[in-house]
Amino acid sequence: MSSTADATNKIAAAIDAWTSGPVAKTLAKFPEQRKEFVTASSKKVERLYGPDAAIVDQYESKLGLPGQYPFTRGVQPTMYRGRYWTMRQYAGFATAEESNRRYRYLLEQGTTGLSVAFDLPTQIGYDSDDAMAAGEVGKVGVAIDSLADMETLLQGIPLDKISTSMTINATAALLLAMYLGVGEKQGVPADKLNGTIQNDILKEYIARGTYRFPPTPSLRLISDIFAYCTENVPNWNTISISGYHIREAGSTAAQEIGFTLADAICYVDAAIKAGLKVDDFAPRLAFFFAAHSDLFEEVAKFRAARRLYARIMKERFGAANPKSLMLRFHTQTGGVTLTAQQPENNIVRVTIQALAAVLGGTQSLHTNSKDEALALPTEEAVTVALRTQQIIAHESGVANTVDPLAGSFFVEKLTDELEAEAEALIQEIDNRGGVVAAIEQGFIQRQIEQSAYRFGQSIDDGDRVIVGVNKFASGEQPDIDLFEVPESTTQRQIEELQRVRQSRNAGQVEAALAAVTAAARGDANLMPPIIDAVREYATVGEICTALTGVFGEYAESHS
Amino acid sequence: MEQPPKPRLLIGKPGLDGHDRGAKYVAQILRDAGFEVVYTGIRRSPEQIVDTAIQEDVAAIGLSLLSGAHNALFGRVLELLRSRGAEDILVFGGGTIPPKDVPRLKEMGVAAVFTPGTPARQIVETIEGLLVQRQTA
Repeated sequence: MSSTADATNKIAAAIDAWTSGPVAKTLAKFPEQRKEFVTASSKKVERLYGPDAAIVDQYESKLGLPGQYPFTRGVQPTMYRGRYWTMRQYAGFATAEESNRRYRYLLEQGTTGLSVAFDLPTQIGYDSDDAMAAGEVGKVGVAIDSLADMETLLQGIPLDKISTSMTINATAALLLAMYLGVGEKQGVPADKLNGTIQNDILKEYIARGTYRFPPTPSLRLISDIFAYCTENVPNWNTISISGYHIREAGSTAAQEIGFTLADAICYVDAAIKAGLKVDDFAPRLAFFFAAHSDLFEEVAKFRAARRLYARIMKERFGAANPKSLMLRFHTQTGGVTLTAQQPENNIVRVTIQALAAVLGGTQSLHTNSKDEALALPTEEAVTVALRTQQIIAHESGVANTVDPLAGSFFVEKLTDELEAEAEALIQEIDNRGGVVAAIEQGFIQRQIEQSAYRFGQSIDDGDRVIVGVNKFASGEQPDIDLFEVPESTTQRQIEELQRVRQSRNAGQVEAALAAVTAAARGDANLMPPIIDAVREYATVGEICTALTGVFGEYAESHS
Repeated sequence: MEQPPKPRLLIGKPGLDGHDRGAKYVAQILRDAGFEVVYTGIRRSPEQIVDTAIQEDVAAIGLSLLSGAHNALFGRVLELLRSRGAEDILVFGGGTIPPKDVPRLKEMGVAAVFTPGTPARQIVETIEGLLVQRQTA
C-alpha cells in the first residue's frame, strides 16, 4: 500500500469515527434540513468529503498539468494569467442594420468577440417572404436572406481583428460562405479569418429543433465543411459541439457531457469515413456547454468533460496531435434558470453561473441578461451581464491561478462521478448503434424528457426551491422595460430581399444553383458551389431548396 | 359513481421554434391529471394544428411558443378555428411572452396565458375550470 493510501485510510477512519460520534450526537439534537442533499442534477451529495489516494497516486493520468494530457486542469499552461476568456455576448434581432448597431455598441463596451444570433427562418433555410417564415422574421435573431444582408451586418467590423461565432446549424455552410464573402470584400484573406460556426446538427434532432435535412446528408455537409476549412480557412472552428441545448431541454449535467461527447464521436467517425485524417481536422473542433447554478457540480462537469474527451480522442481515434485532444469550449449561463418573477434576481444567478464557467476553465463566455425569461434583452440589461464578466475577471481574483478548485475533495470526487456517468451513457449509445440510431430510437430525447419531468416535479412539489417562484414570491408583476423587435421588421426585410432579387444577374444565379444541385447529387465538396451561389446573391431559401431537392427534409418522429 | 372521462386536449408548437421542454412538461402534467393529451411535435403550421385539433376532436388547444411570434401565430390559430366553425375549441397558451402582450392575446380569444414559473397545479386547475365554464355556457 502506498503511503498516500495509508494516510487517506487513516483520514477515512477518522471521518467514520466522527460520523458515528460527534455527528450522530448533533443529529440527535439538530436534524439536518433534509434527508438527502442533491445537486441540481439530483446527484447525491455527502456531508463531508475526504481525500482520495488516487488523486495523488494517479495524479498524472487523472489530472496532469494545465496544457497537458488529459487536460483536466485546463487546455492552456497559463490560462487566464495569459489572457482572459473571450467575452462574447450572443446578440441579433430584426434586420442586419439594427443588429450591426448592437454589435458596435457591444464592442465599444468591451466585448472581445462577436456572437451572431440568426432568426429561425435563416437557421432553417427559409427566405423572409416564405409562408413558413410568417411571424418569425427577425424575432429570435437577425434575418439574413443573402450576402447583401451579411455585408450590412458586418459593416465597419474588421474581420481580421474580431472573431465571430455564428449560431447556425442546418444552414451553416451557407452562412459560412457569406462570412467568407464579406471577408473577401473587406480584403481579408480566408486564412486570416477567426470564428466559429455551431454546425452541430445532431443536437438539433435531439433538443433544439432547427434541422432541415436528414442525418446522412447533414453529416456529409459537416464533413465537407471540415475538409474545406482545413485547406482554406485554417483558423476557423468548424463546429461547436453543443451540450448547452441538451441541458436547456432538461438533461442532467452528466447527460449534457455524455450526449455531447457521443455527438462528437459521430462527427469524428463521419469525417474519418469521408477520408480525412483525425489530426488534420480535430484541432478545430470546439464545444459549447451550459453553466447552471450548482457551482461545484458545474466546475466538475467541465473538468470531467475535458478528461473524458482527451481519453476518447487518444484511445478511440488514435489522435496524436495534443490539439486534437483538447476540449476547448464556450459557455453560456443557463437560460432555463432565469425567472420571469423578480428579474433582478437573475443577475445573481448569472454571476454564480459565470463564476462556475471561469473556475471550470472556459475559453469564452456569454452571460445572460436579467430580462431574458420575458423577451430579448435590452441594451441596459446586456451591459450589466457583460459587466458581470468584467467584475469576475478584474475584481474577484479567481482568474489569478489555474484550476483553483483542483484538490478539493468534493470537486475531485464529483469530477470522477460525472465522468463515469457520462462514459456509461456513451457506452449505452454505442450499444444502440451510435448516436443517429439512438436519436431515431428516441432514446436520447426520452432520457432528457424524463430528467426535465423530474426536475419540474421537484419544483412543483416544493422539494427544490426557486427563489421568487415557489418560495419568497412577491406576487407582483415585474415592472421593467422590455425590448421589442420593431413591428416593421418583416416588411423592411422583405423589401430588401426583393431589391436584391431584382438587382442580381438571374441567369448566373440559376447556373450557380444548378451547380449546387449537381454537387449534392454527386460526392464533390459542397462548399465551393455554395460559395459561388452566395457570391451571385442567391438567397438562403433558394440554396436550401436546391439542397432539399436532392437531400429531402427531416421529419421528427415523436411520441 | 364513475367520473365521466376527461376531454382530450392538444398541445401544439406553432411556427419554427424548437424549444419544447415546456410543451412536453405541460402535456405530461395534464396527462397526470387524467386528460388524454395529443402533442403535435415541433414546427407545425397553424393549419396543421387546427386540422389535428378537429380530427382528434379535442376540447382545447394549448399553444407553446418561445420565439416571440405568439401574436401572429396564436392569432392565426384562432382565426382558422373560427373560419372552420370550431370556435368552441378552447385555446390557451404559454412560453416567453412579455406581460404586456397578455391582455392583447386574451382580447384575441386566448382563454389563458401561462408564463414561465406558473405552478403545474395552477395550469391544471385553470384549464379544468375553463372547460367546465365552457360546458355550462
